[in-house]
Amino acid sequence: MPSTADIQAGLAEILEEVAGVTPADATPEKSFTDDLDVDSLSMVEIATAVEDKFGVAIPDDELGNIKTVGDAISYIEKNQG
Amino acid sequence: MTIQLTTGAPGARILGFGSYRPRRRVTNDELAQRMDTNDEWVQSRVGIAERRWAEPDETLVEMSVAAGGKALAASGLDAGEIDLVLLATTSPPKAIPGLAPRIAHQIGVPRPGAFDVNAGCAGWCYALSAAADAIRSGSARNVLVIGGERLTDYTNLDDRATAVIFADGAGAAVVGPADEPAIGPVVWGSDGDLHDAIAIPENETGMSMAGQAVYRWATTKLTETLVEAMRRAGVGPDDIDVFAPHQANLRIIELMAKRLKLPERTVIARDIVRSGNTSSASVPLALAALLESGEAKSGDVALLLGYGAGLTFAGQVVVLP
Repeated sequence: MPSTADIQAGLAEILEEVAGVTPADATPEKSFTDDLDVDSLSMVEIATAVEDKFGVAIPDDELGNIKTVGDAISYIEKNQG
Repeated sequence: MTIQLTTGAPGARILGFGSYRPRRRVTNDELAQRMDTNDEWVQSRVGIAERRWAEPDETLVEMSVAAGGKALAASGLDAGEIDLVLLATTSPPKAIPGLAPRIAHQIGVPRPGAFDVNAGCAGWCYALSAAADAIRSGSARNVLVIGGERLTDYTNLDDRATAVIFADGAGAAVVGPADEPAIGPVVWGSDGDLHDAIAIPENETGMSMAGQAVYRWATTKLTETLVEAMRRAGVGPDDIDVFAPHQANLRIIELMAKRLKLPERTVIARDIVRSGNTSSASVPLALAALLESGEAKSGDVALLLGYGAGLTFAGQVVVLP
């Protein structure tokens, strides 16, 4: 199982690739929409990239509940293998 | 007793394109005056700068006749040489009658086989495949394949989620016989579990779209459709001169091109920027525009993909006329 720090780092890589977010900015308290300027379609790309990287499923209705980087990290931790 | 069969041509090819774009341009700034949206938002989310909305006299029949007539002229054939007329549309004004017979009549095609195809935004690519198969089986010598839409009739023009996207227009091609096949095998299918992702909801008159679900489907599932269409046609990404997928969203188009690893030189259809999403008219409109501007040329290998309500999808490789 990857550590919380590993998940945060992996998520930061995805955020940089998909939405051009500077990795240092991808901290748990940040809101995707309000702080990182990630729109709803980029959220879909992030979700599919997270699914590939961490082996978790993020259906669209769950995606709506993931508001912050911290939400995403806890979702991955809770749903991983 | 054995039923005798006809034999057709070894292959089929597109002979010419035609298109009709409604007169009225609608910019994002104009839409921003009637709803809470703005140019930056629309361009960054869907890539549309302007679209065409049909006026009352620009009916689905009139637009389709105009596009079909131009395609016939471009093909160099006489109307009497067309045996089949197909209209791909999702937006007929009424369920009965189908419009293909009337459109054929107005173009002057005498008594062809004629029917409408409703396969969502994949309709024109579905019809193109049916046309090629009809020619190869001997069911028709030449086929007129039209994609025509008046999506604004089924769009709530005050709904900022859909009014900025959907638009009107018609595109068409004449398909004829060929010794060297120039329309590759179709890869088509449907995901009916997502039937309500693009639909007119109960008791409503305007379309709704589950944007995230459709975006996810298009950017994950359809890459394999495109790869398979190339594989079946015996070509690879490096052979693709033109990539013309359905013009649904510029971000989907760019993401597909990236995932397919198309070479730098491949011309990517971005007609959505000035035409919006015209459903089954979008692929022939985009191809006609690229040929008119000279960005695409005769003999180019083009990878096509239609996808949309149903959900349906169809991809194929063609050689441009």
